[in-house]
Amino acid sequence: MIAGKRMLSASSQAHGSACQGDDSRAALTFRGADLLADPSGALLWPEEGILAVADLHLEKGSAFAARGRMLPPYDTRATLDRLAELIAQIRPARVLCLGDSFHDRRAAERMDAADVERLCGLTAAVADWVWITGNHDPEPPQGFGGRVAAELSVGPLTFRHEAQAGAVGELSGHLHPAAAVALAGRRVRERCFVHDGAKLILPAFGSFTGGLNVLDAAFDGLLAPGFEVLMTARDRVYRFPCARLSPDRAR
Amino acid sequence: MVEAAERGESALLIAPTGGGKTLAGFLPSLIELAERPREGLHTLYISPLKALAVDIQRNLEQPIAEMRLPIRAETRTGDTPEAKRRRQRTHPPHMLMTTPESLALLLSYTDADRLFRNLRCVIIDELHALAGTKRGDLLALGLARLSRLAPAARRVGLSATVAEPERLLAWLSRRGRHDGTDSDDVRLVMGRSGAQAEVEILTSQERVPWAGHMAMHAMKEIYERIRRQRTTLLFVNTRAQAELVFQALWRVNDDNLPIALHHGSLAVEQRRKVEGAMARGELRAVVATSSLDLGIDWAAVDLVVQIGAPKGSSRLVQRIGRANHRLDEPSRALLVPANRFEVLECRAALEAVHDHTLDGEAPRPGGLDVLAQHLLGMACAAPFLADELYDEVVSAAPYAAMTRDEFDDVLDFVATGGYALGAYERFQRLKLREDGRMAVAGPAVARQYRMNVGTITQEALLRVRLNRGPVLGEVEEYFIQGLTSGDTFLFAGQLLKFLGVREMEAQVAKGGTGDPKVPAYAGGRLPLTTHLAERVRAMLADPRQWDGLPEDVREWLRLQRYRSVLPNRDGLLVETFPKAGKRFLVAYAFEGRNAHQTLGMLLTRRMERFGLGPLGFVATDYVLAVWSLRSPQDMGTDMDALFDQDMLGDDLEAWMDESSMLRRTFRNVALIAGVIDRRHPGQEKTGRQVTFSSDLIYDVLRKHDPGHVMLRATRADAAGGLTDIRRLSDFLARVRGRITHKDLDRISPLAVPVILEIGRERVDGSATDELLAAAEAELLAEAMPELAPPRAGKSETGCPQQGRLSL
Repeated sequence: MIAGKRMLSASSQAHGSACQGDDSRAALTFRGADLLADPSGALLWPEEGILAVADLHLEKGSAFAARGRMLPPYDTRATLDRLAELIAQIRPARVLCLGDSFHDRRAAERMDAADVERLCGLTAAVADWVWITGNHDPEPPQGFGGRVAAELSVGPLTFRHEAQAGAVGELSGHLHPAAAVALAGRRVRERCFVHDGAKLILPAFGSFTGGLNVLDAAFDGLLAPGFEVLMTARDRVYRFPCARLSPDRAR
Repeated sequence: MVEAAERGESALLIAPTGGGKTLAGFLPSLIELAERPREGLHTLYISPLKALAVDIQRNLEQPIAEMRLPIRAETRTGDTPEAKRRRQRTHPPHMLMTTPESLALLLSYTDADRLFRNLRCVIIDELHALAGTKRGDLLALGLARLSRLAPAARRVGLSATVAEPERLLAWLSRRGRHDGTDSDDVRLVMGRSGAQAEVEILTSQERVPWAGHMAMHAMKEIYERIRRQRTTLLFVNTRAQAELVFQALWRVNDDNLPIALHHGSLAVEQRRKVEGAMARGELRAVVATSSLDLGIDWAAVDLVVQIGAPKGSSRLVQRIGRANHRLDEPSRALLVPANRFEVLECRAALEAVHDHTLDGEAPRPGGLDVLAQHLLGMACAAPFLADELYDEVVSAAPYAAMTRDEFDDVLDFVATGGYALGAYERFQRLKLREDGRMAVAGPAVARQYRMNVGTITQEALLRVRLNRGPVLGEVEEYFIQGLTSGDTFLFAGQLLKFLGVREMEAQVAKGGTGDPKVPAYAGGRLPLTTHLAERVRAMLADPRQWDGLPEDVREWLRLQRYRSVLPNRDGLLVETFPKAGKRFLVAYAFEGRNAHQTLGMLLTRRMERFGLGPLGFVATDYVLAVWSLRSPQDMGTDMDALFDQDMLGDDLEAWMDESSMLRRTFRNVALIAGVIDRRHPGQEKTGRQVTFSSDLIYDVLRKHDPGHVMLRATRADAAGGLTDIRRLSDFLARVRGRITHKDLDRISPLAVPVILEIGRERVDGSATDELLAAAEAELLAEAMPELAPPRAGKSETGCPQQGRLSL
């Protein structure tokens, strides 16, 4: 097919058996760690058996319903479905949820019993499940299993919710990055990973989570010029340098 | 009219534009109020356009002042200041001019009963433009409520000439039906129709173009006509066309005639200026889109020019009606076909006008999303009994056939979201009280309703401002997002250079160089009506009807008969031929662009299954062309199998679910039904972000609750309107067993226009993957040329491209 795909499949062969033959993922060497960006928005670190996801925002639908906007109540189920599929396929030793896993403090009360059971089953099936705290869930609800941490360092990398200016080797969520490219008169806008060699920000994984354009002012001062995005679109990951991206509106 | 009023009867007045019908609607009310002065709201006037409401109010002021009538007439629209609105509710005028949305809001207040109790008359203007739309649904529901509040109020509908007045009579009826029995409650009043219009088709000295929509070949000849008349009105079908035609006319305008431009994207002040100058007789010509189809009456127009085919005979008649408002003289109109097929279409339209046959449209049931909005509004006004409200709703014509189960589903949706398992029982918006009535759960619900009322959902718009100077108008945000600083485009009749976006406004400067990117607006392109399509087919099939066609068009048809065969009247001609290494299949279906586009999607799916390797397709109003790696004969596929009706089953379901069209439709439904919020001025949320989040909702809902009432509303919308499924289904049934297949060794004359369109098509839909991959590969190849494999043609990915004609 095309160069990008070929390169990715070649490099993905080198890492853990779980990823073999799956060329939909994009390989990325970050501070010496060989990572894989999955089209679902999850990040894989095969060497450490780590699966990281950011911003699940479980029970976002019911949070809106409580305020009179009757969004469908199926977002938790949809998010867990996708997460369960990844876990079954990859069998990670560790799952890191990078904060804002629960949309608000009362998310657990509103969660459907079947979803509660489902989530407990998932955390039980993974040796080490870490709820990193976020601004939406500074105290993640008890009773779902797993442990809570403000941040977590593994080798050269640190996982936390919000990116900190100047931090190096940091993986975070919070900002829900998305990127847009103009293609032959059309515009495609999708969630993306973004990294500049020092930091990597994951896209939001939750079913009801939108995206913020990486060219938005909120990213100012966090990313070095010349950053790259890995855009997730229709079951594939596409790489674009920041120069190729288009803003949502001129600044 | 006066007679009907004296008996308290409702009436439908059908008259051509300018027959003075609006005044006729008001006359009985003026008489009554003059004879028996009283306080309180007496007459409600509802128009689809704010401008029209303002205009009518102004026109009424004059006679009221001259005759010193004790009557106060006021407007109430989204622009009315808050203080005046409040005063209107406590101390209402005798006559109130308003829009369907403002009426819905008034009806949602707890004092609606007091305000409307003594109402005597409701006038609905431009009824033909409202009935059959979602705004019409909302209005019909509002009228049903008015009839409950004010049983004595009669209804008066004003309409342009339509094919089937019975539908409008039913719409206007307080019973929601019109069946020719004694219980019918609306009287039909036909205005004088005036003299027969004189319509001619421009026979250009130039050759008629094979393809295209701009009629640039005829500009000099059109200009000559303008010179010979005092005032000419030029109608085009799209805003982009309006810009180009206006530019082209000014290029040949050696006499500097005052020629102006009028379309819906221009700033209101600009439009009002043009309308004013036109009314004062200062202009010689105006280039206009359907923004002028409605409303404001003009001073004498001597000639109406329709550029491009009119696409429907009713539309043509309404446009011709713009010329010459003196009823005793004939209106004069000139049709300018822009390509060869349009020559045939213009001829068909002209004959239809002479035969007085108009296009009828099948009525569609009222939208469930609109009903959801209305039910919430009614709950805001006062607690209601479901049984009573159901009876009220089915008295509105669009909902006359609604079952109680359907109604209950919508009510449940309004109350709790209507999701399976009653997931949101705790978060009800409507609560059942002990007396059996449904009431809003709190004041926040009512606030939310009032913020989001209405059924008009449109692309987010950006103002276009001339370098910190005046605002020129508005364009869709997506168009601006496709521009980079320095790009040029035609807008408001001038070549503009895009500078950037500042504070939600596109900043532009005059001038600039390079090819302009013409605004490619989303709306405005109506498909050919079934009625005209039938006439075109009949004309093609019968060479005796070719007399009077331009010589090059006749020659084209003769050549077609010689090289292939002419499409016959009731069947379907399919041609196949090789070209540029590909196999082409051209189907002469004449069912309009929308139906052809759907047919193209479904056909390529089938061809894929049959192993033909379809690569892409392009659809025009007349023809569908598909190209593939292998021809049907290679694979032993016969045409009857290819065009079998069963493609409307699984293929359609599968396609509908993944098409972006359905996502857009869902977004509108979700907005109207109140699941997501509209954008309000000052709010950060852009139109694009609304699209994004409604997509997320759509995906989750489709997977986990496919029978949900919002998805049902979405599919009904999509099937009824945008995709023309019904039309396609009728077509497939009609041509069954009547397909003529011609396998040719090269392209046929009749196929030339559609093949010419291919070069100008834009890739859409499923081709996104390939575009993304290609863009990425290009960058990689640039960075690492040693890794790049030979570029694979997009055509070999096996994924059909949906062709879209660029204008």
